[in-house]
Amino acid sequence: MNKIVKYVITDILRNRIIIIYTLFLLASALTVFSLEDNSSKGLLSLLNIILIVVPLVSIIFSTIYVYNSAEFIELLVSQPLRRKSIWLSIFTGLASSLALAFFIGAGIPILLYQANMIGLTMILSGTVLSVIFVAIALLSAVQTRDKAKGIGAAIMLWLYFSLLFDGLVLFLLFQFSDYPLEKPMIGISALNPIDLTRILILLQLDVSAMMGYTGAVFKDFFGTYPGLVFSCAVLLLWIALPIWLSTKKFKSKDL
Amino acid sequence: MIIVKNISKQFGKLKALNNISTSCNKGECIALIGPNGSGKTTLIKCILGMVLPDSGTLTFNGKDISGDWQYRSKIGYMPQIGRYPDNMSIGQVLNMMTDIRSPETVLDEDLVRAFSIDKLLDKRMRTLSGGTVQKVSAALAFMFNPEVLILDEPTAGLDPIASELFKEKILAEKEKGKLVLITSHILSDLDDLVSRVIYMQEGSLIFHKSIEELRRDTGEERLVKSIAQVMAMNYE
Repeated sequence: MNKIVKYVITDILRNRIIIIYTLFLLASALTVFSLEDNSSKGLLSLLNIILIVVPLVSIIFSTIYVYNSAEFIELLVSQPLRRKSIWLSIFTGLASSLALAFFIGAGIPILLYQANMIGLTMILSGTVLSVIFVAIALLSAVQTRDKAKGIGAAIMLWLYFSLLFDGLVLFLLFQFSDYPLEKPMIGISALNPIDLTRILILLQLDVSAMMGYTGAVFKDFFGTYPGLVFSCAVLLLWIALPIWLSTKKFKSKDL
Repeated sequence: MIIVKNISKQFGKLKALNNISTSCNKGECIALIGPNGSGKTTLIKCILGMVLPDSGTLTFNGKDISGDWQYRSKIGYMPQIGRYPDNMSIGQVLNMMTDIRSPETVLDEDLVRAFSIDKLLDKRMRTLSGGTVQKVSAALAFMFNPEVLILDEPTAGLDPIASELFKEKILAEKEKGKLVLITSHILSDLDDLVSRVIYMQEGSLIFHKSIEELRRDTGEERLVKSIAQVMAMNYE
């Protein structure tokens, strides 16, 4: 398995996109931090960039990579290798190179300007988000052979997680504004990894005071130890579940 | 060595394989013949585990292959259209395959030399012509001294000299007691190679005969003519 991971990573590093992505993150992080004199304000601006860009690049790059390596996968499947280890190697290769790109691009500047709990939470969330969206990309790419359909699905998924989901939540809140929705909101936030990481980071910043009563409920829940364990477990589930499903599908796929 | 039992496979509405049963033994060189779309490649892919049959069983050396993967280390497969990672050079592909298969025996590099692939090691896969890719596929199939060779349209893109060299190599391997499964539409290439013939049509296996039987039944000496007769009979 390690051998395949090695070939996947060398193949990805030979691709210039991942280097451009790293440089982009590096440039935006440094700009944001040097523009604001208060580095926690800079962190907030960086948060918004990260929550949009990291999932987008992770999901699109992984989907395109899987489709472009169709030949490579076919070649590997005809060799004495377990299908499961082929698929998991591709996942490991993609996840580790995207996580590494995030760490170099955004992690190092954060460590330079904000080496505290908030900064660390942000680095961890960004890394976990990269891995989650690689897992989601693999799940959507294994469903169809059609490249155009696959990339379309990846874009729709990203749009859903970063825009449509929030719209749906707002809609729900307005429709049911007569009922106490603060507690169910915690459950609903678990349905979207981007929202979950956003809440986790915002709670560490002082701005959570501005989120009103819901913010107070969130702080009560996510600010505690069980809440933290819950959110970590949910994030891990967001990695494990798509990977488990896609491996199952890949094992019975005709190539 | 390979026993196929009641294999069926459906792609959507198309019945690619319809209840196929046959067996292949050591030291045989079997030709898989049939019109386009008769299910030859699907059958080969089933044996390799690339396509999973809807029903039926496949055994390799007495062991069921479903869920197994180690048996593939005994197979050398040359695909109809060899496709390799574009960015890799020939040398990298050869090294990678050696790395993945980690062979215990010495590598068989006869074809690498015969096709002078060793002079092209730095070339990227995407810059190669179709014929050169075929040569790389052929060299890879033979490289790890497999017990079974599965060759899907091997001579389709090869030039006459390469094709002759390749046929000599197949004969040499057959003499060593290996099982060779070969599909081709160029029947004249198969004439002096094969010992048995499997004829398929529309996903069904029409017959599996030794070449002597086929000659006797059709009354023709050359494979081309006997198969032409069979095809005409089944063509309607």
